[in-house]
Amino acid sequence: MEGTGRTALAPGDRELPAERLLDAYRQMLTIRRFEERALDLYRAGEMRGSTHPYIGMEAVAVGVCLALEPDDYITSTHRGHGHTIAKGGDVRRMMAELLGRATGYSGGKGGSMHIADLDRKMLGANGIVGGGMGLATGAALTAKLQRTGAVAVCFFGDGALNQGILHEVSNLAAIWSLPVVFVCENNQYAMSAAAAWTIAGGDPAKRAAGYGIPGLTVDGMDVEAVERAARDLVDRARRGDGPSYLIATTYRFVGHHAGDPLNYRPKEEAEEWRARDPIRRLAERLLARGLATAAELAAIDSEVLAQIDDAVAFAKASPPPSVAQLLTDIYA
Amino acid sequence: MVTTSDRQTAAEAVTAHERILTYAQALNEALREEMRRDPTVFVMGEDVAAWGGGGVFAVTRGLAEEFGTERVRDTPISEEAIVAVAVGAAASGSRPVAELMYVDFVGLAMEPLVNQAAKLRYMFGGKVSVPMVLRTQQGAGRGNAAQHSQSLEAWFCHVPGLKVVTPSTPADAKGLLVSAIRDDNPVVFLEHKLLYGTKGHVPAGAYTIPLGVADVKRPGRHITVVGVHMMVLKALQAADQLAEEGIELEVIDPRTLVPLDEATIVESVKKTGRLIVTHEAATRGGYGAEIVARVVELAFDYLDAPPVRVCAKDVPIPYSAVLEEAALPQVTDLVTAARALMHDEV
Ligand SMILES: Cc1ncc(C[n+]2csc(CCOP(=O)(O)OP(=O)(O)O)c2C)c(N)n1
Ligand SMILES: [Mg+2]
Repeated sequence: MEGTGRTALAPGDRELPAERLLDAYRQMLTIRRFEERALDLYRAGEMRGSTHPYIGMEAVAVGVCLALEPDDYITSTHRGHGHTIAKGGDVRRMMAELLGRATGYSGGKGGSMHIADLDRKMLGANGIVGGGMGLATGAALTAKLQRTGAVAVCFFGDGALNQGILHEVSNLAAIWSLPVVFVCENNQYAMSAAAAWTIAGGDPAKRAAGYGIPGLTVDGMDVEAVERAARDLVDRARRGDGPSYLIATTYRFVGHHAGDPLNYRPKEEAEEWRARDPIRRLAERLLARGLATAAELAAIDSEVLAQIDDAVAFAKASPPPSVAQLLTDIYA
Repeated sequence: MVTTSDRQTAAEAVTAHERILTYAQALNEALREEMRRDPTVFVMGEDVAAWGGGGVFAVTRGLAEEFGTERVRDTPISEEAIVAVAVGAAASGSRPVAELMYVDFVGLAMEPLVNQAAKLRYMFGGKVSVPMVLRTQQGAGRGNAAQHSQSLEAWFCHVPGLKVVTPSTPADAKGLLVSAIRDDNPVVFLEHKLLYGTKGHVPAGAYTIPLGVADVKRPGRHITVVGVHMMVLKALQAADQLAEEGIELEVIDPRTLVPLDEATIVESVKKTGRLIVTHEAATRGGYGAEIVARVVELAFDYLDAPPVRVCAKDVPIPYSAVLEEAALPQVTDLVTAARALMHDEV
């Protein structure tokens, strides 16, 4: 782990118990398989709009959410399926939403980019880059005002680093000492815009120093490293010591969405990152540490696949929303 | 006396008329030709150069190759800066064509557009011009849901100092974009995401369509239909259907909402006595209400029936196909409204 501000505890200081690591493995795999299926459905013309896969980035959402309590809030992005799953969301309802069904999270009104699960304090995916930043900071303000002890985590991409709102909420959260952790998923690109040229000063973690708050950078392909760094910052926020930045270095293995020409990044680069697949990495560790056998991991894999099959079947068997729903939910 | 070169030009014009381009290609041609003509014109926005060789809708395709990334500038995701910097560049001798990928993102950039671009000239007593174009696309129909499907033309029309352009055909798109770039005022140039792939005749070479001149897309005697963007196409389809039952629609595309060619609309209503306005923007507070108001003010005595709005429901655009279809005005809604207008009357 590198970066400015406080350094998180060194690896090995606090290892997660085996069953939590196995849960993490299952969740990461669930995200991967969900996204693969969503892409298939999109390409088969069963989905509308667009879908943004979280493939390759699974360790970030899962690692951060491992450090959260059920009452902690998260806000998500256009690439939100992974965050929903990591916060414990329901893949059936999410798949149904992707297919625009009445049983979906939003009754078919939102689609892939607008899935929210308020029971799990998931304040929504967002079609506006940077759209979650104010929401997360607002949730942190509620936590502070109502002394709930909750923390808010704001997930956003490297592209969102350059939205003006980030400056405003970083400053506000710092002067008010709000319990919010800004988690940047630096997957190196914002559509075709490479982080290499869009981020002045190079290292986004350094920006935190300007607000007098910690800014850590973590290997976003290592779920344990992400969990440790996130826990440090979340605990800090919960203690009342205020906001922080966590920059998770990661990569999307596939296109921005299904229609991405992918002309702007070298194939070899993607190959290099694929070699660091966070799911395979965790599997290797589980095996090496004797926490799971190959057969056990294979069993998880088939259970996950069955769960995704079930979600697709559920979604396909669900009816579309009735037109009578068109004008509901506009006002409270 | 007709010279050889005249004949050549005429011949060229004929072949030129045979050129079929998409709306996106027509816009691309306008940008390319204006950038060749005027070195102060430049383009900036998200993914306008690197993505697939130019823009998610291919409107800026190939421009970076021809003009370089100095003049075709990919930006970070910073909508407020894109618009604000365009205003500053325009006020200091450049002719920026700034792009927002979706009109929905303009919420982030309303300040520079509304308080700077639209007002600098007036506040400074006419001492400054802001010759910028803000290109963006709007509209629903693709399942892009509530934050990527809005039609927000009325927001811009409400702000004195901005011009607002809404082409519905490839030829109009090109001629109007050239005019917008040459205009010395801030112009909000609204495209429609479903129109990019539509095809039509586009003359070669430079031509302009003046801002403030409507186009009668189809003449008719019974009902004037004023439509925006996709609704022009849907009105033409409705006109085809209604023609079979003897109802003639006169379909007018204002093409620019500010300035508005109210004379063409009013003349038409004086002939037909009936008015339908139709847009994909929500009904309440939509620009259709403005058109109705003008017609009522200027041609009240000619109206045989109350004007009708066939516009989107007052609802965020839903994702699911059944709901999205129900939220938007459809050809059948136009047909039904037209029949009702005629039968009440006759
Ligand atoms: C305000 C706004 N601007 C632009 C877009 C279009 N857009 C959607 S995703 C995206 C790239 C986002 O990049 P990043 O924040 O790095 O997230 P990633 O896609 O890499 O996960 C862009 C430009 C948008 N949805 N909202
Ligand atoms: Mg990114």
